[in-house]
Amino acid sequence: MEIDPFIFRLSIFILSIFIGYYVVWSVTPSLHTPLMSVTNAISSVIIVGAIIAALAGSSENIFSTSSTFGFIAIILAAVNIFGGFLVTQRMLQMYKKKGKK
Amino acid sequence: MISANLTALFYLISGILFILALRGLSSPDTSRQGNYFGIAGMIIAIVVTFLSVGSFSISLIYVIIFLMIGGAIGAFIAFKIPMTAMPELVAGFHSLVGLAAVFVAIAAYLNPEAFNLGNIGNIKLASLIEMSIGAAVGAITFSGSIIAFLKLRGIMSGSPITFSGQHFLNLILGIAIFILIFYLCKTQSNNIFWTLIAVSFLVGVLLIVPIGGADMPVVISMLNSYSGWAAAGIGFTLENTALIITGALVGSSGAILSYIMCKAMNRSFVSVILGGFGADNSSDDLKEKKDQKPVKSGNAEDAAFLMKNASSIIIVPGYGMAVAQAQHALREMVDKLKKNDIKVKYAIHPVAGRMPGHMNVLLAEANVPYDEVFELEDINNDFANSDVAFVIGANDVTNPIAKTDPKSPIFGMPVLDVEKCKSVLFIKRSLSPGYAGVDNELFYRDNTLMLFADAKKMTEDIVKNLD
Repeated sequence: MEIDPFIFRLSIFILSIFIGYYVVWSVTPSLHTPLMSVTNAISSVIIVGAIIAALAGSSENIFSTSSTFGFIAIILAAVNIFGGFLVTQRMLQMYKKKGKK
Repeated sequence: MISANLTALFYLISGILFILALRGLSSPDTSRQGNYFGIAGMIIAIVVTFLSVGSFSISLIYVIIFLMIGGAIGAFIAFKIPMTAMPELVAGFHSLVGLAAVFVAIAAYLNPEAFNLGNIGNIKLASLIEMSIGAAVGAITFSGSIIAFLKLRGIMSGSPITFSGQHFLNLILGIAIFILIFYLCKTQSNNIFWTLIAVSFLVGVLLIVPIGGADMPVVISMLNSYSGWAAAGIGFTLENTALIITGALVGSSGAILSYIMCKAMNRSFVSVILGGFGADNSSDDLKEKKDQKPVKSGNAEDAAFLMKNASSIIIVPGYGMAVAQAQHALREMVDKLKKNDIKVKYAIHPVAGRMPGHMNVLLAEANVPYDEVFELEDINNDFANSDVAFVIGANDVTNPIAKTDPKSPIFGMPVLDVEKCKSVLFIKRSLSPGYAGVDNELFYRDNTLMLFADAKKMTEDIVKNLD
């Protein structure tokens, strides 16, 4: 019997939780705020779903109900992607060692 | 148009780049590089999505325009936001991820063909379950984050809002969500789908409303975690590896941060979620007793004198420093002290401030080198060998009662052993108890000098007196 592809995705999911667990424990506490802003930015990869939804409209009806939801989601996710990565970058630039000014 | 297999491989690559982005944060040196990995992963994911859809259409132009609009707004916010507003920014961003997840779920529900999920009214059972979980968690993340944002921003009072039957209502609504998902799968009725989303929005509000200001570090971490699970739910629906990996990473990251924060307050996750902490814990008779105790208070001149004659000083910042925006004045003060060959270190309690790492970012903003900043367990032994502890805007995290009085609500919480210093300077506006509603025994100690003033103003005055 063939294995349902869902099982593969579930495996990826569970293994990723474990990776996340070990990677995040190794994050130094002083960088917990950038950690939150960068996880915020990467979770906006949900934009790929929004793009697929937005592009699904036919050429006569670009803004069908479902693709409109996609377009709005694109804006929301894009705010997060740009905002999240840039603010993380801005924060990380500030962390300096002694002497380096 | 590129094949589905190739697309999946590229999504895997962006997932790996996201893992490396988090890995980079293990030290400030590698963190910037990590952020670039994250950006690269995001670009790959977006470009591959464009390529996988293939055919060029007018819609594509609109997609790019909308992407740019959102990007411009995001970039503007990122450059303008003051560092002290970081907690509410993060809460605000979480709400956007949550809402985006809801909208993608709605789009998939209304047009399942576009995502290969079946037809309207006949969506694959597994997809339907996944998308309704994604939508429900996304909706809870959205409304919960909005409440957290309003509380952090001060638009809404930070004190817990509780009413009788609150937990019972939450329980009922939680069960209702499961029942709605069950019936949605059976009937595929639109009304049930909308009701599900509405109920989830309500749950998000009710969940965060009873939680008070100083518990916000847990709440923000928890919402961070939820936004990850919502993304993962959508990832399963869209059969997208990048989303599944990212969702799992973010979900576990937020969960770990919540755990760290709870542990730093010696409270269980459940008790934080149930909320109401610090609402009315301060019993009146206790207050009266303490009011009669003598308190030594001083001015900036006394403080400057004490510090000039010290050889080592430990600074304990807290949320009050963020509110008063005193970090730059503080740094100036430390510069002057260092010129007099006084050793200065910073001690940070894990729950100081309103989000994990809040104080570290503010000190970094004020150009404090990160190797002068220490975590609780690394510095707690040093207080006994230091001359002066300078407490600026912190309160509960220094209260020695947490070590001695089992009846205190904060008993067992790890605290900074500030009282072991030869003398303690404590900047505070008044003698009012901190968030936990517990009087701080430290105020009445013989070696404590209270400096009643705004944190920024007092620090500036001390700087003047150090000359």
